[in-house]
Amino acid sequence: MKKVFAQAYLYLLLAMLYAPLVFIAVFSFTESRVLGNWTGFSPKLYVNLFTGGMNGGSSLLAAVENTLLIALVSAAFATLLGTIAAIGIHNLKGRKRAGMQFLNNIPMINPDIITGVSLFLLFVFLHITQGYLTVILAHITFCTPYVVLSVLPKLSQMNPNIYEAALDLGARPSQALRKVLLPELRPGMVSGFLLAFTMSLDDFAVTFFTRGTIGLDTLSTYIYTDARKGGLTPELRPLMTIIFLIVLVLLVVFNLRQNRAAKSKAN
Amino acid sequence: MAGDYIIDIQHLSKSFGGVKVLDDINFYVRRGEFITLLGPSGCGKTTLLRQIAGFINPDEGRILLEGKDISSIPPYERPLNTVFQRYALFPHLDVFDNIAFGLKLQKLPAKEIEVRVKKMLKMVSMTDYEDRSVDSLSGGQQQRVAIARALVNYPKVLLLDEPLAALDLKMRKDMQLELKEIHRKMGITFIYVTHDQEEALTLSDTIVVMNEGKIQQIGSPIDIYNEPVNCFVADFIGESNILKGRMLRDRRVAFIKHEFDCVDEGFGEDVPVDVVVRPEDIYFTTDPAKCQFKAKVNSCIFKGVHYEMWVDTDTGYELMIQDYDPYAVGTEVMLYIDPDDIQVMHKERTRNVLDAEVVDGNHVRILGAEWECEVPADASAGDILKAEIPFDKIELLDHQEDGKLAGEVHFLLYMGNHYHLTILTDDGDHLWVDTNDIWDKGDLVGIDIAPGGIKLRKADD
Repeated sequence: MKKVFAQAYLYLLLAMLYAPLVFIAVFSFTESRVLGNWTGFSPKLYVNLFTGGMNGGSSLLAAVENTLLIALVSAAFATLLGTIAAIGIHNLKGRKRAGMQFLNNIPMINPDIITGVSLFLLFVFLHITQGYLTVILAHITFCTPYVVLSVLPKLSQMNPNIYEAALDLGARPSQALRKVLLPELRPGMVSGFLLAFTMSLDDFAVTFFTRGTIGLDTLSTYIYTDARKGGLTPELRPLMTIIFLIVLVLLVVFNLRQNRAAKSKAN
Repeated sequence: MAGDYIIDIQHLSKSFGGVKVLDDINFYVRRGEFITLLGPSGCGKTTLLRQIAGFINPDEGRILLEGKDISSIPPYERPLNTVFQRYALFPHLDVFDNIAFGLKLQKLPAKEIEVRVKKMLKMVSMTDYEDRSVDSLSGGQQQRVAIARALVNYPKVLLLDEPLAALDLKMRKDMQLELKEIHRKMGITFIYVTHDQEEALTLSDTIVVMNEGKIQQIGSPIDIYNEPVNCFVADFIGESNILKGRMLRDRRVAFIKHEFDCVDEGFGEDVPVDVVVRPEDIYFTTDPAKCQFKAKVNSCIFKGVHYEMWVDTDTGYELMIQDYDPYAVGTEVMLYIDPDDIQVMHKERTRNVLDAEVVDGNHVRILGAEWECEVPADASAGDILKAEIPFDKIELLDHQEDGKLAGEVHFLLYMGNHYHLTILTDDGDHLWVDTNDIWDKGDLVGIDIAPGGIKLRKADD
């Protein structure tokens, strides 16, 4: 009896987590403008999405493009900056190191809305015209701590002598960094990059405050504006379904690879 | 001749955060020699090795390699290679690429790299392991790869930082022999760091014994074992009976309240000394004519090759004896020591000597605390005098807060009938104490001075 309840609880939880996703996915296969009205099966929304045959189709695609571009660029910069910062923090000692780690953690806990408003004020203060540049700068700002957080454990797992061993064998510091340190840190940098990429994709508040008035839209700001204009564009439903599927596939692939790597190491 | 020295270290000093880790280190290494830096953890031996490797810059002094000062040359330009304590292999490279790392940086032709790596793999008995990932190797195998990776560059000197510390006993013994064999075959100078005295005695041509950032003694393993220069070396290398003695005249010494013939000269007459007698150098006899003193066996333990016995002498001292034949507990035995086997050492100090600031007619300030004592009539407040405190006038208390000063037991020696302790006070000063109480290294103690224990004299005496 107990077991039945435990199972029921589990399924209830899962249902609550996944119902909205399933709901969107199911209703992406019907033409109705109003979400929740089933007007028969049709792939028309998907066709519209890919051929641009819909209201404001080009701006939706532009928003998707912006989102991906901003995420890629800021994740790449954040990975670079975060890795260097992590190496620096790792080489600090005692209280200085603890202090730097604490300072690194604060921006992650800080509510997005505050980060967004403060960045907005900073850009205004510095007279930087808001647009692509400011959004990317803002995204780099809030993504970098996540990279630091994923690279630091790799550094502490690393044998502290291997950098010295490289120098000892004749490598200049830059060679030791490239040939020994970076290969060791790569797994941490990759997961840091992915984390930064998703954080950037996901962001609404910071983008909203730093995108300026040139009409720059990412997916999240586009949807927000769209929803305020009077109902969601129905083509967003297939788009969200596709994004969800891509993330799902990536996650499964990533996990499988990690399992395989762990297994081959154990053998 | 200076040309014979491949490494010459001159007046090397290093401090970390105000603590002197190395204090005026001087020694040289002959070409082709196997030299070992030996000492307890924290004695500065690894810091010294890392300075030779170039990972740390000295505060003072210089390091000469073949007569050339290399103190300010970065590690990647020094023709030296290091074997690290935890191997420090590159996990993302296989065995071949680990060993070839240095050669590839030198941009040698691929053919030559392959020949040299294979030759090295053969030298460390790891042929056919080229393609293995280093994670799949045992500790001993990883260490072999680490040695091959360093030696393949034909360094002028190979530096080894406790390379066998992480291996189990049996493997360590095997690797010691192999290291010695590799050293013989390659003819490269080895500088080896270890805290294991047995390893040092087995491997080295020369041993440098270090403690607290200073060199205690340099010599061959036999010299160091047979003729330690002070109590620290005698205690650290092998087992020993360390005793207070008195040099009566040349070749005659008194300890454990008996007189013995010895071979030492030049100490002067009636001079306090320390005496070391190795436990295997005290012999049992049944001949009353040979007997120098009597004792009663108080414990007897089988140690594999020999028996280790503790005896109480007729004069109240406890001695350790090692012998192939056991004597039952309680047996009265007759003992003698050969003159050759008695090592007499100068006493490093006979009492504590500290600065004392006069506070008033019967108080002085020593080590920051005030003590009652007889102050000479001609001294006035603020004068700095020297205070002499005998070892047995310092009292140690169980709780740090009960004493006027607090400290910890830093080093201890059993002297046959009492313990001689070195106490490190919380302010970093040393005090030496004789006591009958049993303390352990690292114990936190309160420190007091017995009434009448302080004698003052003028500072310039």
